[in-house]
Amino acid sequence: MRLAIKLAWRNLIGAGLRTWLNVIVLSFSFVIIIWMKGIMTGWDHQAKTDMTNWEIGGGQIWHAEYDPYDPMTLNDAHGPVPEALAQGVESGALMPVLIVQGTIYPEGRMVPVAVRGVDPGQTILQLPAHRLDTVTDAIPALIGTQMAHTIRLKAGDRMILRWRDIHGTFDAREMEIVEIFSCTVPTADAGQIYIPLEMLREMTLLNGEATLFTFRNEDTAVTVPEGWTLKTKKELTRQVDELIQTKSAGQSVLFGVLLLLAMLAIFDTQVLSIFRRQKEIGTYIALGYTRGEVVGLFTVEGSMHAVMAAMLATAYGLPFLLWQAKEGWTMPLDTSQFGMAIAQTLYPVYTVGLVISTILIVLMTTAIVSYWPSRRIARMNPTEALRGRLQ
Amino acid sequence: MENHVLIRIDGLVKRFPMGQGEFTALRDISLTIGRGEFTGLVGPSGSGKTTLLNIVGSLDVPTEGAVVVDGRSVGRLTTREAAQLRKERLGFIFQSYNLLAVHTVYENVEFPLLLLKIPAEERRRMVMDALEWVGLVPKVKSKPPQLSGGECQRVAIARAMVKKPSLVLADEPTANLDAANSHHILQTMEKLNRELGTTFLFATHDDKVISYLRRKIYLLDGRVDKDEIIVVSKTESL
Repeated sequence: MRLAIKLAWRNLIGAGLRTWLNVIVLSFSFVIIIWMKGIMTGWDHQAKTDMTNWEIGGGQIWHAEYDPYDPMTLNDAHGPVPEALAQGVESGALMPVLIVQGTIYPEGRMVPVAVRGVDPGQTILQLPAHRLDTVTDAIPALIGTQMAHTIRLKAGDRMILRWRDIHGTFDAREMEIVEIFSCTVPTADAGQIYIPLEMLREMTLLNGEATLFTFRNEDTAVTVPEGWTLKTKKELTRQVDELIQTKSAGQSVLFGVLLLLAMLAIFDTQVLSIFRRQKEIGTYIALGYTRGEVVGLFTVEGSMHAVMAAMLATAYGLPFLLWQAKEGWTMPLDTSQFGMAIAQTLYPVYTVGLVISTILIVLMTTAIVSYWPSRRIARMNPTEALRGRLQ
Repeated sequence: MENHVLIRIDGLVKRFPMGQGEFTALRDISLTIGRGEFTGLVGPSGSGKTTLLNIVGSLDVPTEGAVVVDGRSVGRLTTREAAQLRKERLGFIFQSYNLLAVHTVYENVEFPLLLLKIPAEERRRMVMDALEWVGLVPKVKSKPPQLSGGECQRVAIARAMVKKPSLVLADEPTANLDAANSHHILQTMEKLNRELGTTFLFATHDDKVISYLRRKIYLLDGRVDKDEIIVVSKTESL
């Protein structure tokens, strides 16, 4: 094997430009695959972190009737704070949230919203709830940038908020936007209005009630009361994983095309080598190689393109990948309109597994592509090969 | 006596498939070639010289009969054993040199020693010795495309001789060389045969080569037509 590597190295260096073209193309594959996979991993990390910080905390306990995808459930999705959770709420380990349906009328337009009652003193989520602790004659409200952009609102704007109380009676009051927050989690922003919890309870006559509780820490031990359902952080972030998986599957097609181009170049080189180097193959056999060993030599030679590409990719790719990890990749479009948890600037995250698996995949694919045409050598007649006759 | 014999060929027949039928390249060849001989298979194109040389070199196998080279029956060797025989005991010199173009002169000559896994220090000494025999030490770092035809063939001789094989098989070694280079090459090979006792077996129809041979085996249509031994006096050979 050492001899094959030594000879392959000499042959590759001797082949000059042909080798370097293949190596450069293959090195692009290494860098682009690692970078794009890194972006995906970074997005995954970022989306989960943002969801944790802005919406789900360390997990949640939902009222059994609550379904975030069906606003009609909100009428019944609330209940008094169960005794088992009361201490957690008291100590600040749990944050109650009450959610009801409502409608706002900015500039005479009617916009249905989910009104979320949160404690202005909460410190579990990154939401600037303390801004709700504002002295105003209207209902103080927080909204996200996406919502503000969609309905063209700015801080200080006032509008009518209409809701129904526990008896189904409509009521309405003026509401003032006290702050517009910026977050990348669409479910915490689009169609959501945050007002003080106690005010909402009062408005809806749902005193002491909540729709869900958010944990401060993931490992908080609680007994889930009857009529309530535990939603772990893992369950709540599953959607992000699924989204990333779908995106990754789409990306794999691109990786496939990239690899295919690189492999095509190597396959071509191998086929060309076998046709052009018949005399050399015959000479190897005459000097004491078996045909199998010559197949091995050509396979090693082809595979070494990938090794050289990995080295070249390290030389120029490492600084690029590190720079990207530091500076991030700023999306050319406004990501708040994407409808998914994606930051404007994505920071790639490169794991050891990602780098090793990419190297292994490229190496193995190159080895297979190098071996495939080399098998032809095993069927060659050495005496014909020595004369350089095409077989 | 048997120990003196390097090649024993007995009733050798070689046929090649050709279209629907077969072409017989060698017909009932029986020969013995002793160690240290400087022998040539002489004959016109198509007489079977190269076919016989290939079978002796274990690059091909007999259809019928037996060919024993240095105690090994060529027809019965496995692929690996045949490769081992070539690697350890045989050296090849070809008409078109067959040097590895991207390797330097040194690397070309070193190649057979790498296959034999000879330690680096000893390998270096052996390569330099071989290059000294053929007078190519100054060209050690050159690559074949930078050498003349005569120099390339001298590299090929050094590559064939570096491991001090029992037998060197040379197929038309002067076919691509001018007269002066041909004589230089032949004198080199003759000298190595004399000094190292290596057996040389040529396939040739070149008069210049024939003039150096001490035994001429004439082949015609795949048969031995004439086997001529030139008696050289001891003083002449020296």
